[in-house]
Formats: sequence, C-alpha cells, structure tokens
Amino acid sequence: MLLIDCPWCGRRDQLEFSCHGQAHISRPQYPDRLSDEQWGDYVFFRDNPKGVHYERWVHTHGCRRWFNAVRNTVTDEFLATYKPGDPVPAVEQ
Amino acid sequence: MSKSYLQHSRLAHGGRIDRDRRMRFSFDDEELYGYAGDTLASALLANGIHLVGRSFKYHRPRGIFSAGPEEPNALVQLEQGAYTEPNIKATQVELYDGLKAVSQNRWPNLRFDIASINSAVARFIPAGFYYKTFMWPASMWMTYERWIRKTAGLGKSPAQWDPDRYEHRNAHCEVLVVGAGPAGLAAAVVAARAGARVILADEQNEFGGKLLAENADIDGSPALQWAAEIERELKEIDSVILLPRTTVTGYYDYNYLVAAERVTDHLPPGTGGSVPRQRLWKIRAQQVVLATGAIERPLVFADNDRPGVMLAGAVRTYVNRYAVMPADAIVVFTNNDSAYLTALDAHSHGAAVSIVDIRPGPKGELIDRAEQANIMIYRGSAITSVGYAGRLRSVEVMRLNQTGDDVESSSTTTIECGVIATSGGWTPTVHLHSQARGKLRYDETIAAFVPSDDGVRINPHVSTGACNGKFDLERCLKEGYAAGYSSARACGLGGVSLPAPRVDTVMQGPIRVLWAIPCDHPIGRGGKKHFHELQNDATVGDIYLAAGEGFDAVEHLKRYTTTGMGTDQGKTSNLTALGVLSEIRAEPVQAIGTTTFRPPYTPLTFGAVVGQNRRDLFLQERKTAMHAWHDKNGAVYEDVGDWKRPRYFPRGNESMDTAVQRECRAVRDKIGILDASTLGKIDLKGKDCAWFLNMIYTNAWSELAVGRCRYGLMLNEHGMVFDDGVTTRIGEQHYHMTTTTGGAARVLTWLEEWLQTEWPDKEVYCTSVTEQWAVAAISGPRSRDLLSELTDVPLDAEHFPFMSMRQGKVAGVPARIFRISFTGELSYEINVPAQYGLYVWEQLLEYGRAYDICPYGTESMHVLRAEKGFIIVGQDTDGSVTPGDLGMDWIVSKKKADFIGRRSLFRSDTSKPGRKQLIGLLTEDPQVVLPEGAHIVAEVKETPPMPMLGHVTSSYMSPNVGRSIALGLLYDGRSKIGERVSLKLMDGRVVGATVADTIFYDSEGARARG
Repeated sequence: MLLIDCPWCGRRDQLEFSCHGQAHISRPQYPDRLSDEQWGDYVFFRDNPKGVHYERWVHTHGCRRWFNAVRNTVTDEFLATYKPGDPVPAVEQ
Repeated sequence: MSKSYLQHSRLAHGGRIDRDRRMRFSFDDEELYGYAGDTLASALLANGIHLVGRSFKYHRPRGIFSAGPEEPNALVQLEQGAYTEPNIKATQVELYDGLKAVSQNRWPNLRFDIASINSAVARFIPAGFYYKTFMWPASMWMTYERWIRKTAGLGKSPAQWDPDRYEHRNAHCEVLVVGAGPAGLAAAVVAARAGARVILADEQNEFGGKLLAENADIDGSPALQWAAEIERELKEIDSVILLPRTTVTGYYDYNYLVAAERVTDHLPPGTGGSVPRQRLWKIRAQQVVLATGAIERPLVFADNDRPGVMLAGAVRTYVNRYAVMPADAIVVFTNNDSAYLTALDAHSHGAAVSIVDIRPGPKGELIDRAEQANIMIYRGSAITSVGYAGRLRSVEVMRLNQTGDDVESSSTTTIECGVIATSGGWTPTVHLHSQARGKLRYDETIAAFVPSDDGVRINPHVSTGACNGKFDLERCLKEGYAAGYSSARACGLGGVSLPAPRVDTVMQGPIRVLWAIPCDHPIGRGGKKHFHELQNDATVGDIYLAAGEGFDAVEHLKRYTTTGMGTDQGKTSNLTALGVLSEIRAEPVQAIGTTTFRPPYTPLTFGAVVGQNRRDLFLQERKTAMHAWHDKNGAVYEDVGDWKRPRYFPRGNESMDTAVQRECRAVRDKIGILDASTLGKIDLKGKDCAWFLNMIYTNAWSELAVGRCRYGLMLNEHGMVFDDGVTTRIGEQHYHMTTTTGGAARVLTWLEEWLQTEWPDKEVYCTSVTEQWAVAAISGPRSRDLLSELTDVPLDAEHFPFMSMRQGKVAGVPARIFRISFTGELSYEINVPAQYGLYVWEQLLEYGRAYDICPYGTESMHVLRAEKGFIIVGQDTDGSVTPGDLGMDWIVSKKKADFIGRRSLFRSDTSKPGRKQLIGLLTEDPQVVLPEGAHIVAEVKETPPMPMLGHVTSSYMSPNVGRSIALGLLYDGRSKIGERVSLKLMDGRVVGATVADTIFYDSEGARARG
C-alpha cells in the first residue's frame, strides 16, 4: 500500500488516490490539423517505462486535486510529487 | 493402532502447562483431556495419539510433525455447525475446555480409509497425473473435477453464517517488531526505551519464541526470566502495544503490514463476550524489525512420512514446553548439531535415545555431551527403512558410502523406537523480508537462504537473529539490541546503544547437506517413498520426473509437483525441492532461485479480512428523501449504483409484469409520479461555463438562454458516448447539469480533470448537488392540471414551454421546476431542497388522488423511454458507440471547431459505414419479449459458432404500443430497417424479428410539447 505525498495535503494512504496514467501530455490545440495517426498517438499511446515514470494522480477521497508524481515503476518509490504547472523536477534516474 | 490412554506420554513434572486446570476435549470419537497451556497437538501426543490425518493424494496415515505454523500433516476440522473451521493446524490450537476436533481427508474413518488404495497404485499417480490423465476430452473435465475434489479434498467449510464478530484496526508506530523471541524482545525494549512507539507482535500466546522450548541462561539466570522482565518493562511503557497471538501475515509497500490477532480463539466458541473473535491490524511503521526466527526442515529419507516422524526441534518443544515425551524410545536423525540438544533433553527426561548422524565425524561440545550421556551415535549413517504397523516401531540404519549417494547394506542395524526426531538444518523465516522486496542469498554454511540486503528503500526494515541466519542465542540478542537502537535512530530518536547480555554459547559444528537420503533402492523407484512435501504428497521421485519432463524451472516445478502449494506453503519442504533440483541441474542453489513468497505468511480467516464489512455494512446504501414513503407503500427496490430505487409498486399480489403494465398505462393515460432524486446533479458556476459546456458536450451551448434546458451527449476522447443528461441555464454564469444516476461521480471527476489539468485558466466551479435536491417527476396528460393546484408559477405552454425551467414555490416550498421529459409525455421535474422532498412528494400524491396519480418505478421508466426510443447510456451503449451509431448525428454540432471526442469521430474506423447501429426490433410474435443480450445471427445453426450481427440492448412488453418492443445494436442496422433477422436464444429457441425504427410511440413528439 503506497504512501503518497499530496502536494496540498501531505502524506496519505494510497486508498485516497487514483492514478490516471502518464503526465505531461497536452491536448492538441488544433485536433483537426492532426492526421489520424497523430491523433491516435495522443488518444491511445502511452509510455510504459521500467523505472522512472511521470504520472498524474488525483486525491480522489481528499482534496480532489490533481497533481503530478515521479514514480519508479520497479521499486514503487515516489521520487517527487508536484502541482500541475510546477516545473518538472529533476530526479536521479 | 493401540487404543490411547489418558496422559500416557505426559512427564510427571515440568513444562509450561497448568496441571491444576484440566481441559476436556474430543478428537474423532475419543474423549480426552489435557491442561491449560497445551496445544491440541501437545495434548494429543500426551494421550499417545500420533495418527491424526490422511495424506492428500495417497491417503497415507500421517502424524503430528511439528510444533508450529509449519505443520503439514496435523490439519483438523475444529468445532461444529456454524463455528466449524477446516484445515486448522493442531500445533497452533490452544486447548480449551470442551474443544471438539475431527480428522480430515479420510473415509469412512481415520484408521481404515478406502482411498489409501491410492498408495498401492502410487506409481500410477505420479506428478502431473491429473494434468495428463484428465485433460481430454475437455468436456469431461467438469465430471473429473467433481470426483477428484471428493477424494482429494481437505476439510469442509461451514454452511452457516459466521456467528462471530471481527474488526479492523489501523495503527501507526515508529518501530514494529515482528516476533517476540530473544531478538525481537531485545529490539523492542531498546527502541521503546529510546521513546519510540513500538508494536511487538508474536504469533504465540506467550512471548519468548524459541526460549520457551529451551533451557538456556541469559546473564546467569534462566532465559525465560530475562524474557519475563523485558515483557514486564514493555507493559509499563504507554507507547508500546504488545500483541501476543498475532501473526503478521503480509508486508506491503511503504512499511504497511497486516497482522491477524486471534483475540478469543483460545476460548470455547461463542464465549468471547463483547470482544471480537479476531482483529486485523493494519500497521504503518516507520521501521520494521523482523525477528521471525527459523523453521527446521527434515531429512528426507525412505518412508519418512510415517506418524512418529517429527522435527527434532518440535520434539524438544514438546518435552520442555509441554512436558510431553512423544515416545519412550527416540531415534534422532540429523545432519547438524542442533538435534543433539533434542537428544540430550529427551535423554535427561528418561527416554531411550539413539542418534543417527549422516556426518562421518561430527565433533564438538554437544557430541561430547551426548557421548558422556551414553547415547549411541551412529556416525556416517542413515535411516533406510521405517517399520510401521499402526504406529512407528523401528528403523533400519545403514552406513553411508563416502559421497553419501549410496548405503552399505551389509551394515544394517535395526533400532526400536516410537519416534524419529529429524533435523536437516534450519531455514530462516525470510517470508516477510521477501514480501518487502528484500533479496536473498544462499548461505552454504547453513544450507539455506538468508537476507542479503535490507530491502528496497520504501520498506525500511532489518532482519535479526535466526531469520537472518544467526541461530545462536548470543548473536540473536546482539542483533536484536543493535536493531532496536538503529531503528530508533532512523526515526530521529536518541536512545543508548547497550551491549547485549552475556550468554554461554555452545559452538556448533558444520552441517552436511544430503538433500535426499539414499536407501537400498534408487530414489523414486521401488516401494519406499521419499516425501519432501508431506501435505501435498510430493516426493523426490516426483521432482526427478518433473525435471525429466522439462519442468526444471523452479516455478514450473512447484506447479507440476504441487510442492509448497498446500496450506503450509511448503515451509518445511521448499528448500529441499530447490536442493534436489540444483543437483539435477548441477547448478548452485543460488542459481536455482526461490519461488515467490506471497502474503499471507499463514492462512487468514475470511472473517478477519472482511472485518466489520459484512451483511448490512458490506455495501453502503444511498436512500432518497422519499425513501420512507416508498417503504410504506410496498416498493420493490432495484440497486442503481449505491442507490435503492423503487423498481415498481405492486398492488396486492401483482407480479412485476402486471404492475409495470399498469404503471405504464397510467402515465400515458393520466398521470404518474417518479422519484428522480438519484439523477446526478452538478452545479456549475463561473464566467467560462458556456465555453466549457461547448467543450464537454457535442452540441452548441453558447446560445442557450437563461431559464432554458438542453439535452447533451458527452463523449470521451475516443469519440464514444460516455454520459448524457439535461443541462439548464439558471443564471448568466450559472448552470445546473444532470447526469445518469450511475455516472454522477464519474462525470464530476471528468469535469474536474479537464478544468484542473488542461484548462486551469478557465473559471468554472463544479459542485456536486445530487443529494441537495430531491426530485419528483410528474408525467402524463394531467400533470399540468395537478401542478397548477400546488404552484403559482404560470404553466401554460407560452409562459412555460417545453425544455425550460421556472423557479417558484410548489406546496409552499421553494422549487426549481424543469419542464423536461424522459417519458415523452407532458412532464415536470420538481426539484426541492432535500429536506422538503418527502413533504412535497406526499403533497403531490395527496392532490394527485383526484387525477388517479400512479407512483411508478424504474422498470416502467425504462419501458416508457424505450417506447420513445430514448437511450440509456451503459445499457444501449457500451463504450464503443458513437453518436452516429445511435442515429443521433443531430446532436453533434457541425459548427463547433472542437469538443472532446470530436476529432475521433473522423477517424477511419469511427466514420466508416456499416458500424453497429441502434435500431428497433419487432418480433414476429408480438407476445415474445426478447431477452436482453440475445444475439442477432446471420445464419441459424444447430450449435455455435454462428456469425453474429448484433445484439438486443433493451427489451420490454409495451402496453402502450400493444406488443413487445426492443432496441438493439446491429451492423449497418439503419439500412436494414424493414428486413427480417433471426435471434438465437440461450435456450435454443430461434426468434424472428423485423428491424424497425427506434421510436415506437408518438414519433412526432407532440405529447411532450403540448
């Protein structure tokens, strides 16, 4: 059971959170200008790295706010959590 | 087997039992007794009972093997009726007065078991037998399985509700210490003295661990006195929680550990009073000290499964802790020094003891002491045969050759004995360390795996003492003291590093590893069997066979031979299997690796896992403000999400069908009333609401005037319909959105996600108001007449047209009235603050009596909307349906440059012709109601497979259309309107139907607009 540091609330139990996959994917500003393939990339394709991964989480049963987290998918260690819009923290790989 | 007699094997003195408190108990048909402090196993042994069960596969007689959680054989069915529990290890059951236990896996009785014929035909039931034999034909598997389960089953599960209570408890601490043996006690007290909040858990009823079975000294006094003093000190510290009878069963990430406390299992069933039977602790610890000890493994020799073959350490435990001498004559069979302590203790209590040691030249203090006691030692020798007739009678011993792979049959000696106490060395209990993702290293000096690191960073823990491969008391204490100190330091606490107390350590000689002990015929052939895995009847021969057939990877071997797959999870057998495999593969054990250690360490009851969350508390129920009225008026409920919604209101003995037909007619003919409170409601405010709605919904929202309502479809980015509902503009920057009942939470999260992550600069505030508004929907031609009696709001179509909202009072209560319709009739959805919901509902019914108002439920609501071809998201759609598939292109804006999901509607797949489309279906026989889910097939065949063209999504008998109606999804459906299709039903019937439009009633929609 993970322990997650919500940037607004502090460390809370994983039960309070939901993970929503890879972070830092912007919705294309002009979807019409994209080919099917480019749009398919945005809708369907995500990274699945072994190791450091940037993810979006939401504190569903807490402040209901979204944030980003850097998690090592091998060890499940959270290397950082930060608010949307904050600079992406550098972590040791 | 000779009849047992009471307390035949009990020593006259000693042990940690209370001879003043006699405990009566029964095993099978025998009435027996033991003492307080006994386990069921020790009490059985005290009464001379060794045979306690039959083995899983061959139904061979089996006896008590161990004195702890590693027990593979002595599984019993405990108690009766609702309190009965199967597969309970007799070695872990504390004896209480009136205990009832019966043996398992035998028929008709323990001493004569018909299936033991399996043993005689054993060579026809090798590893993988079931896989190979019962594989074909596949259709017969169900029959085979029933037969296999009957003969191979263990105990029986209870058939009644569990009368006991269970609870969960969350706890936080700085230092969790698992195991209260010498290392754990030392760690706990040092950490507690430093000011740490400490939880100390131990699976036994008494603290002391291995000390309870020994007679060691610490600082010149009995070790148990030292343990008692530590326990006393810990009890006095407020920040310490002591948990005896508590097994830490799981180690999860970020030092989250789960422990099962058996609060009243040591008392007769039903006598625990107000405390729960078991308590599940969920512990979050900053630091964990593992002091879980080690488990002895047996030597694996010919016919080593006979009752009377026991672990040497267990025999020592029975002698010292329970004052039970399991037999008058004991042969100790060992490959290491530790079993000499068993020999010495048994000898000093009067048993005739011999030692068979596979080591040719054991040397050291313990060997000297055995010789001084005149104990016969057979060096470099092995047990090659076991004499068993009702009970263990004798062993044959032969000298081993130099390499230990064969015996010299000329050297045979026979020794009479009632028990073989065997030791193949000790295996550190690394389960929790491994669960914490710690790594293991094979240590040749103890021939076992030990922790090689302190695990991953997120699970800070340290292994100490025997579970770290340090079996002697001196190093246990030393590591325990050090771990207590370092753990407290890691939590930012001070404390003092104290030297461990002084103990006299007996140096022990090296171990000799022979994973399987040879006998007078090759292992795996001939009559004698070498069981490395007692619970699942797996033999060394099975390992040879599995490896020979290519299953020589450790995880394959496990599944093929079922090694370690019993309730004991192979605590005494897994390492031997790895050892044998390493010899076959001629690779070091380290290279073979281990199978994965998974929680739980020992089985948990379902009760403990479920805790309080059962029966009424299993799932929370949501009830509307009008629920009391529904209850009083005979509503039959349907679960929608967590909500209890009235499904229909039967009158008298009406069936659901009759009630629904009546309700549906009432709505179209006169007036009906529905509790629509459960609909999801989200209040939207802010200057960017209209922009946001344009992005969220497929249609255009910029032009919606204040007081007007609009229906909208939400798509996900895949272009698939995700939710629908009516949204109303309450004010310039204020909207009221409704969602499906089941989708309310999902939609709110969806809106928040976009606003927070993609458009944080937009000003929209979302608030769930589902529970703040109670909603009574009145529907039918008389609804305007009724409402006019209760409100001053002008209701005529000119002032209050269809798809608009007015605010005013209804029955004196401030209300929002929405003129929207899910039935296709003239309808008003009256929203009032929830606390007035019941009152307004009752007023509507009171005044409605004059109009024959009819309360209706969700079933009639479904029929009525289907008559109109209105979809239900999640029933008529399944996440793969676009607005176009639904024939709802009219709601997709052609002008908007963007909305969520829009781009996907132009992908090649979503825009291609011939996709599954929503259509109506009219059966040839108008009385036939198609089952929902029925498949539309292209060509009817006797048996599947048949190419499928689509399926039925909604289907009802419609009183207003006067026949059955259905909706369905059909490939290229809209171009097939008027064509005939066939549906093949589960019961084999074939039903013909005609493809039709989705609207079956009032296709102009005049009734709702009037």
